[in-house]
Parts: sequence; structure tokens; C-alpha cells
Amino acid sequence: MSTLEIKDLHVSIETEQGARKQILKGVSLTINTGESHAIMGPNGSGKSTLASTIAGHPRYLVDSGSITLDGEDVLDMSVDERARAGLFLAMQYPVEVPGVTMTNFLRTAKTALDGKAPSLRHWTKDVKEAMSQLRIDADFAQRNVNEGFSGGEKKRVEILQLELFKPRFAILDETDSGLDVDALKVVSEGVNREHSKGGMGTLLITHYTRILRYIKPDFVHVFVDGRIAEQGGPELADRLEAEGYDRFGTPAAASVDAPAGA
Amino acid sequence: MAEATQLDAPASAEKIAIDGFTEEGENLSPFNEGTVQHGAKKHSHGDAPVIPEASRGERLKSYKLADFAPLNGREEDWRFTPLKRLRGLHNQPLTGTGPTVEVTGATNVLVETVGRDDSRIGSASVPDDRVSAAAWEAFTEATVVTIPVETVADGDVQISINGVDEAPAAQHLIITAERFSKAVVVLDHHGKTTLAQNVEIVVGDGAELTVVSVQEWDDDAVHTSTQQAKIGRNAKFKHVVVSLGGDLVRMTPSSLFTGPGSEVEMYGLYFADAGQHLEQRLLVDHAVPNCKSRVTYKGALQGQDAHTVWVGDVLIRKAAEGTDTYETNRNLLLTDGTRSDSVPNLEIETGLIEGAGHASATGRFDDEHLFYLMARGIDEKTARRLVVRGFLNEVIQQIKVPALEERLTDAVERELAAGNI
Repeated sequence: MSTLEIKDLHVSIETEQGARKQILKGVSLTINTGESHAIMGPNGSGKSTLASTIAGHPRYLVDSGSITLDGEDVLDMSVDERARAGLFLAMQYPVEVPGVTMTNFLRTAKTALDGKAPSLRHWTKDVKEAMSQLRIDADFAQRNVNEGFSGGEKKRVEILQLELFKPRFAILDETDSGLDVDALKVVSEGVNREHSKGGMGTLLITHYTRILRYIKPDFVHVFVDGRIAEQGGPELADRLEAEGYDRFGTPAAASVDAPAGA
Repeated sequence: MAEATQLDAPASAEKIAIDGFTEEGENLSPFNEGTVQHGAKKHSHGDAPVIPEASRGERLKSYKLADFAPLNGREEDWRFTPLKRLRGLHNQPLTGTGPTVEVTGATNVLVETVGRDDSRIGSASVPDDRVSAAAWEAFTEATVVTIPVETVADGDVQISINGVDEAPAAQHLIITAERFSKAVVVLDHHGKTTLAQNVEIVVGDGAELTVVSVQEWDDDAVHTSTQQAKIGRNAKFKHVVVSLGGDLVRMTPSSLFTGPGSEVEMYGLYFADAGQHLEQRLLVDHAVPNCKSRVTYKGALQGQDAHTVWVGDVLIRKAAEGTDTYETNRNLLLTDGTRSDSVPNLEIETGLIEGAGHASATGRFDDEHLFYLMARGIDEKTARRLVVRGFLNEVIQQIKVPALEERLTDAVERELAAGNI
């Protein structure tokens, strides 16, 4: 079993005016493999900041606190080292990478993650199978990474990577946003398939409770203004669905500092 | 030509705006002589405005140097070129001996060295700029490679051009693929040089000719090359420009259709490092009906003041009914401090065509690409190379000469290694 431990994490960003703005104001969270955690909260509460900070996006500056993976200092690792240590971020806005085909990208990433090239025969079969389960057209393999993909296609390709790379911890940053019901089901099934193997901890970040009908969290944490305002079991999600975030303060107050994509 | 329609806007919505770039790269090269850039004033073209020709087809053509006015950098076709770095090609006598020429490979082609009075001189080309005309007046002997009638070359024809000094020099080559012949000819440029070159290319009726011009000069080389192809009936011509090495390389390839039913593919691949100026200006002249042309140029830039220029002129003349043409240019800016000018021009004088289009896009390799790839475990160096390799491979794969593809892939790897990317 592995443990991802976040302790009293304070994170800020530099605004376009050059000022520093605090987004996370002391977040502590422990996730073990085999567990599924949902982080919910209004816009601007810092959910996505947490995801990007774990992955090591250079925009997010850690002021204090720690992130460790089985005791190893994650904050000390470069972005690629974190991935190789077993952290995976399914991005909210996957970028298009010109000139690199999906096939080439997947194989290069798999080779980097495993430290050796995958056996060609098994790999090709695995990719084909995973693509077909996620209902991704076979011709996507020859297309450039995310280039010209629809929003839903991009999200499915993120989950394709999750299934192929088999991380120890998967962080899903609003993977559900922009998906229609069918795509949501397909994507959720993919996450569940991988999660059910028992070797992965899942951190599911979402604004809506909709995806929690398909992916059942063991724990729910509610983010408000850069802190965990409340946590509990799956019943907390049901309560949020019924009541919304209003009782944590006015939505306006909670989202007033929302940086785009954070 | 009153009815000529000039569409010179980069048409693609993919085009990405870049700080310091005008939409069509209209600013004059700051290196040009006689150009007064008025500080912060945008679109300053010095004292005199650039006046483009009414039609690309009307550009002055002449074998006589005296017919061309001395260059001041404001000319439409020289406005991006840093004249000072031409090292005298535009205003000094071209009296150097120039690079050596050695032809190897195919054994069933004819290789000759001839004097200026040979009847084949001028069989495909007429200079259309001053430096080309200067080279035409200055060369003393020409290398002529002929693929005889109905001959399929029994191997690639390698023309090795090796520069040994920097005295401004002229060079003349003629490549003739006679009717129904088939060959691949590779011009391989190495060493140091200050060279103005004319390459005449004749593609006979029914012939299939590929000409690849590889510029892997030393870092300080200066090279201008006018490569004009005259294409007969039902012929296939493929032209590939690969510019990697040299301080200033300016290629002006053109394809002139003279018989119906022919096809032209023109490819370019360039990789500019810090301080390099790699320019390509091409023309496809659809002068007769039912011909097809495809142009794809792709470039990568890295390092301070790496500058590339691509100007693609396609002219569909009144007679060229049934023309089918498409040209595209893509540039990838790998670091800050680079500049890429890209100007597709399409001039159409008849509406009775199959299709005509163009696209241009210049994009950055940015931190978000890097983050995405690195977040999948790929280290930074591999990530950058992955992108550049993939981008340029699209052109390399089109060349369809296996030995050359391998060589160019290696050359791109060397560029990547040299740029520490």
C-alpha cells in the first residue's frame, strides 16, 4: 500500500500584476491506494490548484507545507519525476501537442514511466483494447496528441492514459466537466476499471455531484476558500447535491477570487 | 492584369499571433542597408514604400545584371534579407572559384562540364533577381547532368558541392531529365562559401524527376540559389529544399508548367539556430491547363535571432484552367528571440480551376506542452525533441527516398543536439 500525504499546504500564484495571491491556505489530506476521495467545492475554492500543485505545474508556488509519497518529498521532484513516482493528473484542459502522434506519445510516455520500452506486441494490443473500451476511434492513434479533439474526446484520452500508465495515484481534475451523459459513463467506467484493481488511489476533483453517481467515493472533502471546510463519507456528497454550497458562505464570496482554471 | 486577384492574407484561422510580429511579417529586415527604421513607429518602411509588382508574373526577368537596379533592401523580394550579410553577393564581382562539384551515384546518366557557350545554358531559367543575374554573368563553366531519354537512373545522382573558401563566387548547374526518364538528384552543399548559384532544371515530357537540395554548410556560409524548373507535359517533378547550415541561405525555387497534365510537389524543411537567416521564396507558375501543385514547407527555429522567411507565390494564369493547387507553411518557434516570416500569395486569373488554397501557421512550443508531456513521465529534453522530430518528420516522410530520409532524420537529430534542445 502507498500513501500520498498532504500536510498544511499553502500555495499561491503570481498574478498578472506581479502580486502574489494565496490560493491554498492550509490543506491536509491523506490518501491511500485503494481509496477513492472526492474533492468538491465552488469555483475558485482551490480544488484545481491542489491538483496542479501535486503534479508540479510551475505556475503554483508552494509557500509552506508538504506533499509526500510514502515519505518521499514530492515537492522536491521535477514534473516528470513525480509522474515516474506514480502520480497521474488527468487534466481539466489537456493541451494539443503539435507534431506528436498519440501512438508515439503513448509509447514514449510508457517507456519513460516504466524505465523500459513496452513489449511491442502486448502494448499494441493493450492500447487497442483500452481505446475500444473508451470508445475512442482507432484512427486517433495516428492523430497528433489532442489536436482537433473535442472536449469529450480529450477527456477520454486522459482516461486512456490513466488505464495504460497505471499510476499509484490518479488525480482527476474536473474530468466530468463538459461531458454528456454517455461520455461521462464511459469515462467513469474507465476510472472504475483501473481503481477496482486495487493498486490505485483516486482523487476526484469535481464541481458537481453528477459523476459521483458513477464513481463512488469513500471520502468527500469540501473545499471553501482554500481550506477543507468539511469532510465525511459519501453521504456528504448527497447532502451537497440537495443543498449546494450555499451553507459554506455566499457563492459570490466563494468564487470572487476565482483564477481561470484554478 | 486588371482581372488579377491577389489574395495574400495568411488564410488559416490556426495562425497564432506572436508578440513583435506583424501579421504578414511586413517589417523590413532591420539589417538592411539604407533602411531607416523610425523607432517605435509601426510599419515603417524607411523613406520609400515597398511597391509590390502588380502581378508576380510581371517580375523583371533578364540575363543581364545591368537590367536590375542595385539593391537597397526595400524591394519586395529582398525586404526580409539582411543584405549586409550577403558578403558582397549583391554588389561585388563574383570572381571566386567557388565550391567544387563532384557527381557520383547513378552510372547511366551523363555528366559534363561545359563552357558558357553551350547551347543548353538558359534552357530552363531566366534570372529574376539581381543576385541570380550577377551569377549568370559571372560563371565560367557549368556542370550538366543529363538523364537520357527513357532512362531510369540506376541509383540516386549525388552532386556533392564542397566549398573551400569565402571569395564571392558564381556557380551554374543544369539538370535535365529527358522525356520519359526517371531519376533522383541530390545536391549536397557542404563547407564554407559565399555563393550565388543558378540551377536550371528541365523536366521533359513524361519524365519523373526529384531534385533535393540539402544545405548543410558551415556556420558562416552565405548561399543564394535560384533553382528554376521548366516542366513539360505529363511530367512529375518533386523539389525538396533542406536548409540546416549556413549563416545566410536564400533559396528561390520555382516550377514553371509548360505542358498540361503535370504534377509538382515542392517540400521544404529548415531549422534555424541562433543568428541564422534561412529564407525560401518559391514560385509555382501555372501557365497551362490541368496541372497540379502541392507545396509544404516546415521550419523550426531556436536561439536568439534565428530568422526564417517563407514566401510562397502561386500564380494561376488565365490559360491555366483546371489547376489544382495548395500550399502550406508551418513554423515552430522553440525558444524566445526567434522570428519567422510567412507569406503565402495566391494570384488567380481564371475562375475555371479545380482548387486553390493556402495556409500558414506559426506556433510556439510552449510551457504548457512541456508540462503536459512531462506530467506523463517524459523528461524535458525528450519532450522537446519529441515535438520537433514529429513536426519535421511530416516533411521528411514525403521525400520518399529512403536513404535520404534516414540522413535527414539524423541531421535533425544533430540540430536538436547542437541547440541543446
